[in-house]
Amino acid sequence: MTELWRPFAFEFFRNGFLAATLAGGLCGLLGVFIVLRGMSYIGHGLAHAIFGGAVVAFMMQWNFYVGAGLWGFLAAVLINEMARRTTIKADAVIGVVTTASFAVGVAIISRYRRFTRSFDAALFGNVLGVSPQDVVVVAGVTVLVTLMILAFYKHLLFTTFDAETAHVYGVRTTWVETLFALLLAATLIASLQILGVTLIAAALVIPAITARLLTDAFDRLMLLSALIGAGTGALGMLVSFYADAASGATIVLVQAAGFGLALAWRGLRARAA
Amino acid sequence: MSRHAPLVHLENVWFGYGKRPVLRAISLELRPGQFAALVGPSGAGKTTLLRLLLGLLRPTRGRVLVGGQPVEGRPTMPVGYVPQLNAIDWTFPVTVEQVVLMGRLRHAPYWPWYRRQDHERMVELLEQLGIAHLRGRHIRELSGGQQQRVFLARALMADPELLILDEPTSGVDMHTAEQVLHLLAELNRQGKTILISTHDLNTAAAHVPWMFCLNGELVAQGPPEQVLVEEILNRTYRADMVVVHHNGLRLVYQKPHGHSYHDLLADKVPP
Repeated sequence: MTELWRPFAFEFFRNGFLAATLAGGLCGLLGVFIVLRGMSYIGHGLAHAIFGGAVVAFMMQWNFYVGAGLWGFLAAVLINEMARRTTIKADAVIGVVTTASFAVGVAIISRYRRFTRSFDAALFGNVLGVSPQDVVVVAGVTVLVTLMILAFYKHLLFTTFDAETAHVYGVRTTWVETLFALLLAATLIASLQILGVTLIAAALVIPAITARLLTDAFDRLMLLSALIGAGTGALGMLVSFYADAASGATIVLVQAAGFGLALAWRGLRARAA
Repeated sequence: MSRHAPLVHLENVWFGYGKRPVLRAISLELRPGQFAALVGPSGAGKTTLLRLLLGLLRPTRGRVLVGGQPVEGRPTMPVGYVPQLNAIDWTFPVTVEQVVLMGRLRHAPYWPWYRRQDHERMVELLEQLGIAHLRGRHIRELSGGQQQRVFLARALMADPELLILDEPTSGVDMHTAEQVLHLLAELNRQGKTILISTHDLNTAAAHVPWMFCLNGELVAQGPPEQVLVEEILNRTYRADMVVVHHNGLRLVYQKPHGHSYHDLLADKVPP
């Protein structure tokens, strides 16, 4: 048992563990809306877009959170507006906007080769890079997102279920969607260090679909998805320490295993019934 | 607003997607207490007209007034809207109760849950519609008639004067369509103004006292006895229609073509 507590002796691990648990829960919570709206690809795309913003922020010596945050939010708004105003489908718009933005980052990095190493962490996630300041940011975003989702729970639910009818019944759907884009951008930025650009989409999608296999009620789905996200984040960090593997990858693998278990459980239950 | 001022008023309304006009010079009125059906072939603009009333579309020309106020963004008066059932995501994780409570959003408090009186109103409506026992069920576990009742209950939760239903009788069997229309007639007796769209002329004719015949423009309006005549139907459907009188009922059919599948598939079907 003491062996299990061993990594907590290290400050970097304590920071990483906290950040991973919070980021996992946060992604699990928002992931519910993303999966139900059939926008699973948006997390993947926006994370790539934010990477571009992060590189630019680094070049211009802006604060990472401000630069990447602004960039990510603008990308999300651009995607929403383009999908609404043209006949191009949302998935294609996401493909254009976010890949172009990612390409900006890659182009800058390849031009100035000396940055390449430090951006590995941004791509695949790295616990070593988590500072106490990062933990504070993840915690802050968790509180903010939780409060916003509670405050607009009814509006978010109705808009996600059927946006047009929600509009008729008095929901300001454009406003709700902008708020959601903002919360998503904040979540992605806060989680980027831990999970990495390339793996964050899984953390948004897997807890939500795992929870979906276990419940049919929306409120329980949100709670369960957040708990699964947080639990797998914590467990993934421990595995990452012992396996000496990238934190983002181990968290996603733990989540995938959890999803497999939920599938198997459902299969067994269906056979028993 | 006086008792007889129209609840819905369209003044020379035009609408088009791109350059092609879908609705041309539509002027119509719906008075408080009316129960009316928009009928016409597919592509006639029935759904488009309903979407204009709900503020989901803006007319390219003309004015749309609901409850005496121009519709900007959405009607200022609470309107109970029931969308087409095939537009609903039936796999979405919500229970009957959660769907019905959505209709209360305009009256909802700031905290995440609804008030006790909202729950009481919900139970009352579910009982009135005969679906109280389904309260905790997932929406996928319902029959077509039950689904229609759940969404009707959601619409009634908004305490609307006006109910708008898009194709409430399509996608359900004849018996269920009948039940839905009887339910609407009952609500109309209780004072609700109701507008539905339907392509099911015969069921509408037997249940709805006023019809708007639409085909891009308003071809005619009036009680079914006056509207369901061959001349008007031919113009509405751009096809040869025949009206059959049977036991005091009026039944509308497309005129038999004078040919059968034998003529069309002469070489494939053995004589």
